[in-house]
Amino acid sequence: MKFTCLSKGGGFHFPPCHILNVCGFRILFDCPLDLSALTIFSPVPTGYRDVVDEKDSDCIRYSILDSDCVTWKRQKIGKPLDANDLICAVPWYKIVKYLHLWNVSFIDVVLISSPMGMLGLPFLTRMKGFSAKIYVTEVTARLGQLMMEDLVSMHMEFRQFYGPEGSTFPRWMEQEELDLRPSALREVVLGKDGAELGGWMPLYSAADVKDCLQKVQTLRYAEEVCYNGKLVIKAFSSGLEIGTCNWSINGPKRDIAFISSSIFVPAHAMSFDYLALQGKDIVLYSDLSSLDTTEGVEDGYSFLTTDSFSTLSWEESAKALLNTSEHLEEREKLYYLCSCATDSLKASGSVLIPINRLGTFIQLLEQISALLESSSLKVPIYVISSVAEELLAYTNVIPEWLCKERQEKLFSGEPLFAHVELIKDNKLHVLPAVHSPKLLTNWQEPCIVFCPHWCLRLGPVVHLLHRWSGDPNSLLVLESGQDVQLALLPFQPMEMKVLQCSFLSGIKLPKILPLLNVLQPKITLLPEDLRQKVRFTNVNPFSVFHYSENKTLIIPSLKDSSELEIATDLAFQFQWRNLKHENMNITRLKGELHVDHGKHWLHSGNKPSKSNSSKSRPLLHWGTPDLETLLSILSKMGINASVEQGVGVEGSEKACKVHVHDPKKALIEIGETGTVISAVDENLASLIFEAMDSILDGI
Amino acid sequence: MKARQRGSQKERKFPSMAIECLVLGAGQQVGKSCVVVSMNGKRIMFDCGMDMAYHDHRRHPDFSRISKSGDFDKALTCVVITHFHLDHIGALPYFTEVCGYRGPIYMTYPTKALAPSMLEDYRKVMVERRGEEEQFTSEHIVECMKKVIAVDVKQTVQVDKDLMIRAYYAGHVLGAAMFYTKVGDSAIVYTGDYNMTPDRHLGAAQIDRLQLDLLITESTYATTIRDSKYSREAEFLKAVHKCVLGGGKVLIPTFALGRAQELCILLEDYWERMNLKIPIYFSSGLTMQANMYYKMLISWTSQKVKETYSTRNAFDFKHVLHFDRSMISAPGPCVLFATPGWISGGFSLEVFKQWAPSEMNLITLPGYCAAGTIGHKLMSGKRTKIDLDKDTQLDVRCQIHQLSFSPHTDAKGIMDLVKFLSPKHVILVHGEKPKMATLKGRIYSELGIRCDDPANNETVCIPSTHHVEIKDERAAEGILVEEKSKRAKIVHQDELLLMLGEKKHDIRFAYCFPINTDNLEDTKSTDVSTSSNALSMSGRCSWLPMLYIKLSDELSGGNIQFFGEQIQVESFSVSLCLKDRCPYRIVDSPPNKCEAVFFCCTWSIADEKLAWKIISILENLDYGTC
Repeated sequence: MKFTCLSKGGGFHFPPCHILNVCGFRILFDCPLDLSALTIFSPVPTGYRDVVDEKDSDCIRYSILDSDCVTWKRQKIGKPLDANDLICAVPWYKIVKYLHLWNVSFIDVVLISSPMGMLGLPFLTRMKGFSAKIYVTEVTARLGQLMMEDLVSMHMEFRQFYGPEGSTFPRWMEQEELDLRPSALREVVLGKDGAELGGWMPLYSAADVKDCLQKVQTLRYAEEVCYNGKLVIKAFSSGLEIGTCNWSINGPKRDIAFISSSIFVPAHAMSFDYLALQGKDIVLYSDLSSLDTTEGVEDGYSFLTTDSFSTLSWEESAKALLNTSEHLEEREKLYYLCSCATDSLKASGSVLIPINRLGTFIQLLEQISALLESSSLKVPIYVISSVAEELLAYTNVIPEWLCKERQEKLFSGEPLFAHVELIKDNKLHVLPAVHSPKLLTNWQEPCIVFCPHWCLRLGPVVHLLHRWSGDPNSLLVLESGQDVQLALLPFQPMEMKVLQCSFLSGIKLPKILPLLNVLQPKITLLPEDLRQKVRFTNVNPFSVFHYSENKTLIIPSLKDSSELEIATDLAFQFQWRNLKHENMNITRLKGELHVDHGKHWLHSGNKPSKSNSSKSRPLLHWGTPDLETLLSILSKMGINASVEQGVGVEGSEKACKVHVHDPKKALIEIGETGTVISAVDENLASLIFEAMDSILDGI
Repeated sequence: MKARQRGSQKERKFPSMAIECLVLGAGQQVGKSCVVVSMNGKRIMFDCGMDMAYHDHRRHPDFSRISKSGDFDKALTCVVITHFHLDHIGALPYFTEVCGYRGPIYMTYPTKALAPSMLEDYRKVMVERRGEEEQFTSEHIVECMKKVIAVDVKQTVQVDKDLMIRAYYAGHVLGAAMFYTKVGDSAIVYTGDYNMTPDRHLGAAQIDRLQLDLLITESTYATTIRDSKYSREAEFLKAVHKCVLGGGKVLIPTFALGRAQELCILLEDYWERMNLKIPIYFSSGLTMQANMYYKMLISWTSQKVKETYSTRNAFDFKHVLHFDRSMISAPGPCVLFATPGWISGGFSLEVFKQWAPSEMNLITLPGYCAAGTIGHKLMSGKRTKIDLDKDTQLDVRCQIHQLSFSPHTDAKGIMDLVKFLSPKHVILVHGEKPKMATLKGRIYSELGIRCDDPANNETVCIPSTHHVEIKDERAAEGILVEEKSKRAKIVHQDELLLMLGEKKHDIRFAYCFPINTDNLEDTKSTDVSTSSNALSMSGRCSWLPMLYIKLSDELSGGNIQFFGEQIQVESFSVSLCLKDRCPYRIVDSPPNKCEAVFFCCTWSIADEKLAWKIISILENLDYGTC
């Protein structure tokens, strides 16, 4: 088994990506896009003045460039970034950096764990020679589709502005152009080692998305699929978002659990089903969320060793996992966010919340509206996105994918999420775009707006930021972890208040060891970066391997043999032979061999086996025949024989000849490595063989 | 040998090798479905229905047959409910709350969501009816439903270490499922009620091709081949349309959930298509709240209904208005859904009293109404006078339309499913005895599958699949090795000797025999050479090809190879023997020694039969004709 981490990703929106070789199959885990890289592009200017500005600055820049290129360049690199440094072009999109080094036609299976892990999938599916089977949960497929369609529709704005893209290499990617860019931008384009230029792609089309969705096979949680008769694949809820999953892969030689970013007690999605991943041979731990936060260090978790956990029993570990402090923390965060929002609204400022996560988004909708209600603020809430209507409708028809509390709502006949009522009561307005007539007729400020995209380069958020950036009473909510400076660059000077929030996006550091304690794998694969943070003592019941980007780990095999199941009817036909010297019974196997669901089966097949009717005879013999015994057995059979010693056969000294005269003539020539029976007829030959068989071991 | 085999089975802790199927209900009848299956030490109850035709103990399955002591938790591993119809779930609150079963209960999400309302409606009708003692209370229903674990279609649920269950879409009503159950190597499917053709709001049943020991299937329409449900739906719509066109009122008595939404989605669709403006009303018992269930569960409906959820959820009934009591006697046509169903009392009875005397009006009735209800009286024959109670008699002049489209599969559907799954055995339940017997015969004669149709409280035993588990190392020419206190292992025969540290002792057979050369006279005369030695040499050269041709003729299909010096068939090889005294020349030589040509053969035991056959061919050859 071989494991290669292609990318550690970065945060919630850019999950890790790996390739696993198992059982001769190549499995790709996730195919995300690095959308944070979009910030190097300038958003579409919203007014005429902006356009003129852009052109002016471009002119100036190139004129300077002509006169004294070098000094300008130096100046540019030293200076802090400003809005003019951003690339004014139709954006390209960045896929996982090492993925383009692999031949996609050799990938057999793609497992998609989250909608974020799906955004780059159309790039793969449209490639020639790509033929892998793609598994994804039903909800992830749907949400992923909506996200991709939204991306394509927001991207259209660029196309309309810049005109259709040429199929050629865009100018900003040329080396001379890149050299002129500030180093921070250049690093985003090229990556630290300069190898990432090949990861940039022009965006796929709506047709590519549709085609991609046709190629995926959707699954329910815990639905069993069998790939090629050998791998049994199941998705189990990870709790990160609605429909996100971890994977259980059972092969003939080992069972593997793949753990993506997971949340134990989410407030909307079905919780992390870690018990389903118990007892696997190998855990591929791919939740890198604890790397993104510095929280651990502050809380003193940074040097976590098994000292405190090795002593934990299974029950204690399991209990530690269900500790709900993080859940309460998340609720407090949301509450704080809501109170900040109402403060702004009270000061007649508006609140702009870029939609970043579905779960946070629908919970915020519920909480803000409740808070507005209780503080009797009559402020409209708008959701502006080309897919918002469908997204909100969809969340209300998937009770099977939600947490227990939400499922209870189904059983009591209430809507799963509050937005259903909010829309009905006209408190929430769902609109496809900023220019939709419905928005123009009932637009009211101050207001709360949820809209894409969190990178602040695409979608309605750009228009609203331009509108409100000068209003010190308005509030912009961003997710921490983003480069805020770079993100807000085009909107400077920024008067708006900016609130940065971090949300739980995976397993927290202190829970990693208890989790592994509960799962009890034989081998665990952890990212290299966790080596210092999660330390194991020597008494680990499992061995740990650390992986890092673009290095292939070879994982030793646990079993050197696989299992075979034999049908009972066949097993009853076995003719056992007891070996003479050892306590051993052996029999030959005959039947039809099937491989299904990772198991080997031996069936008796359609033909009734011959061995049943006539006694089968051993085909292979070993041991040294004893002459005395042979003669006595022969005489019992009524065969008289005499031994002629010392006649060399083929130079062998120990060889001897046994002559048979009665009832008929025959010769038994016994050598060290073999015996030759020669008799006048079939019956006698057969009798002699039986005699030989009884003094030798055979099968 | 056999003892050894049994020993290894014991290691897997499965005491019983058979699947035992105890039919507690719906055996050779329709009503109170309940089958208890024991397989490999696990015991599963499928459905826990009630027979509404009885009012005594016979309405419940005879639970005492599961456990004499009444310790059902020990006697059963789990209970599985296929869908929310009363003949499948009606006895569940009684079983859990009164009989005291506390183990796990599984059903799909929609069934769990819709069942409480069904049970409550039924309970109310029963309690309202005079003299009917309460079998279970509202609290019982609530408590019972708390024990239910909801499952999704295709979700593989591990009930315990050995027992796995999985639901498949059955299409009969919203949330109806067939259940696949596997313990060890034994697997069965219990279908519940299902429909093999899609209809307006539900899809067709869907199942994987599974390896099954047993299929327990419903057989409501065991001998009927039905036209599509569409035509019967069309009949209903036509009757309603005709009535309202004539200015009449249509009363559809239903319970809050289920049929109301199924019929309403039909009417909505029809109203849209025909552009009708006549109002459709829901009475107060049928709130829009009830529709909320259906709206949230839209992913369990047909593809067509599902696809439109975002623009307009099909269960957001556009044409439906709220009905007020004052509108009962208002003029003009309308369609009214009123609770309770079966016109057992309440509002539907109130409306019925007003509307029944007019010939213009129409009342629809479901396929089943509980005995003692007005609905039941209306169904039983052409009645013009209905006794409402001791003193009041009502003149019924309105038209009555009986809804006939119960979404069960027909005989073709059952046969298709049985053929598709090809189980080792089939058990028929939920059908009428004579028809089941016919279907049983068909399944055996056409598909060659053993089939039973047990009556209630009968047990059917069928053998189950069982595998012995062994470790293997590259089993191609496998030898199974069992060593004391070690796991059985499969090795290649070459590996076996290495493992044992023994040397191979090859036993071969040899046989040297002359061929009668008497017939060679002719050949001799044509030969001009004088040297006998040379003669035999030249003879030899032509012998083997001759034998080769002869053998090829005689042994059709055998893998005969000719290598110039020898002929090889499998392990048997034959060549000319040039030795004067071959040790294998056992047979007495013919007197004319110099004219004999000897052939030496050797073979191993595997080809014993073949070897002697070839020898006899060669010995009896008439070389004159060669």
